[in-house]
Amino acid sequence: MKADVVIIGAGAVGCGIARELSRYKLDIVVVDKNEDIGGDASKSNSAIIHTGYDASPGTLESQLVVSANVMYDKITEDLDIPFKRCGAILPAITDEQFEKLQDIKHKAFLNGVYDVEYKTGPELLEMEPNLNPEVKGGLFIPRESIIDPFILVQALAENANDNGVRFLLNSKVTDIKTADGMVKEVVTEKETIQADIVINGAALYCDEIAAMVGKADYKVVARRGQFFILDKNTSCKVNGIVLPIPTKVTKGKLMCPTIHGNMLVGPTAEDLDDKTDKSVTPEGLKSIEDDVKRLIPGVNVRDGITQYAGLRPNRVPEGLHVDTYEDLKGYINLSGVRSTGLTLSVSMGIYIADLIRELGYPMVLKEDFKEKRKGITRVKELSEEERDALVKSDPAYGRVICRCETVTEGEILEAIRRPLGARSMDAVKRRVRAGMGRCQGGFCGPKVLEILAREAQVDETKINKNNDGSYMVVGKTR
Amino acid sequence: MYETKCDVAIIGGGPAGLSAAVAAKKEGAEKVLIIERDVKLGGILQQCIHPGFGLTYFNKELTGPEYAGAFKEEAKKLSVDALLDAMVLSVDGEEKTVTCVCSEYGVTKIHAGSIVLAMGCRERTRAQIQIPGTRPAGVYTAGAAQRLINRQNIVVGKDIVILGSGDIGMIMARRMTLEGCKVHAVVEIMDYLAGLTRNKVQCLDDFGIPLKLSHTVTRIKGNERVEGVYIAEVDENKKPIPETEEFIPCDTLLLSVGLIPENEITRGAEIEISPVTNGPTVNQYMETSKEGIFACGNVVHVNDLVDNVTVESEKAGKYAAKYAKGEMPSRNRTVPSVCGNNVRYICPQTINISGEDEKISLYFRVMAPDTGVFLTASSAGKEIYRKKELRVNPGEMCHVVINAADITGDDVTISVVK
Repeated sequence: MKADVVIIGAGAVGCGIARELSRYKLDIVVVDKNEDIGGDASKSNSAIIHTGYDASPGTLESQLVVSANVMYDKITEDLDIPFKRCGAILPAITDEQFEKLQDIKHKAFLNGVYDVEYKTGPELLEMEPNLNPEVKGGLFIPRESIIDPFILVQALAENANDNGVRFLLNSKVTDIKTADGMVKEVVTEKETIQADIVINGAALYCDEIAAMVGKADYKVVARRGQFFILDKNTSCKVNGIVLPIPTKVTKGKLMCPTIHGNMLVGPTAEDLDDKTDKSVTPEGLKSIEDDVKRLIPGVNVRDGITQYAGLRPNRVPEGLHVDTYEDLKGYINLSGVRSTGLTLSVSMGIYIADLIRELGYPMVLKEDFKEKRKGITRVKELSEEERDALVKSDPAYGRVICRCETVTEGEILEAIRRPLGARSMDAVKRRVRAGMGRCQGGFCGPKVLEILAREAQVDETKINKNNDGSYMVVGKTR
Repeated sequence: MYETKCDVAIIGGGPAGLSAAVAAKKEGAEKVLIIERDVKLGGILQQCIHPGFGLTYFNKELTGPEYAGAFKEEAKKLSVDALLDAMVLSVDGEEKTVTCVCSEYGVTKIHAGSIVLAMGCRERTRAQIQIPGTRPAGVYTAGAAQRLINRQNIVVGKDIVILGSGDIGMIMARRMTLEGCKVHAVVEIMDYLAGLTRNKVQCLDDFGIPLKLSHTVTRIKGNERVEGVYIAEVDENKKPIPETEEFIPCDTLLLSVGLIPENEITRGAEIEISPVTNGPTVNQYMETSKEGIFACGNVVHVNDLVDNVTVESEKAGKYAAKYAKGEMPSRNRTVPSVCGNNVRYICPQTINISGEDEKISLYFRVMAPDTGVFLTASSAGKEIYRKKELRVNPGEMCHVVINAADITGDDVTISVVK
């Protein structure tokens, strides 16, 4: 197979780059080891679109995050992504924390985030009645926002795909061939792709990819973040993002609503040796509860409907890097993309496009670039009349499969049948939320399994939860 | 939009809804409509192919589908209507309107004289008990695995560990064994059985499946599929004792760790919910805090026997029909039922004193197992009921019957005493 550009990694950043580059007359292929787009860090994070108020001023990360945030109003509209500018507060509970506020606001100013406001304790309590009543005052960051992180990745990928980008999933990169100081080929388990430009967006594994071309002058350590998701009915909720005042060690644990009305509480920050250990631990969960209680004393983690862990790719030494090399033309290495990766997924592509132009590669805009993408019908959000009309045109939209999140068969079929469609239980879940509610697929799981098997015309034993080996069932009864 | 009218609208066509529908018809309600989300009536009983149902209600042992079948047949004979493949979206408690969506008619509004909530319950998941470890395929609630094996003919795994000694867990231990799977252990965190003793005998002992009381699963291992679970003994505070931890290789973990009444619609209709049962509070007519809205079965409180569900639901159906006809007993005063010694909850939570001569059944669960006890009821400081019981435990519902006329005080207190 031949391409102009190969992007390694179909996470938020890889898909964001693909979408941006698809504006140009380039032949682009995205490869990923997972069975679905957005299968790693992009699916297990805090789902926040940051402003960059707390980035290190003057860094590339600051530049990319700050410029990305303002782009979200348009891109979420264009690509039909659930998004809400709910704002964040940083309440100071102790005097010591209160004294830090000035420095935080100054840092925000240095980052070009000018709209951070001081708030008094009573003002904060009015905004967040469940806040610790001892709050002394704090900061309000109006443009910190929440998003559906799964749909962000899907939307970027689907729109890229609609604009001609090919995706090769289940295709782990095993080697990158170079010659005469240039990249030549990306070898995957399935295909070998000749390419002029190779972009390493492999996040947690970007050091391993970089090692294939001898450019691994850094390491990636998995920093685990454990989270709780709480029931929509939990008694103690927050209206916006509630952030702790950071310490030297960590940004700390937050509580915020998800775009779908659950509460998200976490994360921990634990450096691991193992890049695959997404376990939740009793100690980790306990520390989340203890820490967040200082901000929101009434938080009830017993109302948890799931706990999960994500692995952030923590670069050693630290810092977001986008590297090109004199002695290896066409190779672009991304490293140190961490918790702000989701946010900067939409600005990184612009940065990369400019980089490629600087490398002297012809960058000609397409005349027929499709700016917009229509998502899967969200039946739940329709009015009774719209819903009635939809069911009458297709009865599958009247068949509720997931009762907790009221997801219909019609939506699940859309998720499976559309380009880059769902092939696994988790892929369905991330597209339409079937199984993401309080029963966690207890009722709808068997039905989704049946639908996936029926659509793929395979036996249920061939349907996976996510990647190969995660088979759902073993066989038929006697 | 399609709109229709009925006397009694029943949400849920499981054992509770079916019994209520039959009773409502018998009480003289003209149009009784069951709204059911499955394509068939019978609810969870459809997947309960094991025997053990009907021992107290029918005096004979039936399978789940047979038990449901008896009521389905009667409902058919009495011309109960059913809207199948229909999901209720909301209930307006004041207007007595049910809005649902179904593939056949689209969005449908049902204007009812009275409403019976019979949505049943759902299973607790691994999140509610915070089992540490990874999130591979192969962790199922026992009921989901039961649906797959009994309704879809699909076996979820070969080497099984079951957490929780609830009835579904024990029944699935036997079912999986009969299917050729190896059930390595049933693990229970409490020092007593969660389900019925007869299920331990028939499902575990008879098949040599070890029951490990005072043990829990401390960690799930496996990235793609379950590779095994760590289990450990727990101390008196239910904390795992690290030295006792052992690894059991398996490909499946089934969870039978309790059921929660499913009350999203109830909450939406602003009906009072008991924090103990997680179901609506009801009076002896199974009427909720909203007049004319009744509730029965596992949506009210989780029952151990479907026979009890039927008895309770017949009451709900009967009074729902009476309400629709404007024949409810007079409402003179209301007294609460109060939990005394070793009583966790009582259903009904309130009693309407109508002035009529009436026997009132009170169902309740104890907090802790005990032997050689008396079940007592008292009102205005006077004992009005006493029954000897050889053995009580939280997994088996207790029952007392009192005379309405004996309730002279401001409440009725139920106690379990030595």
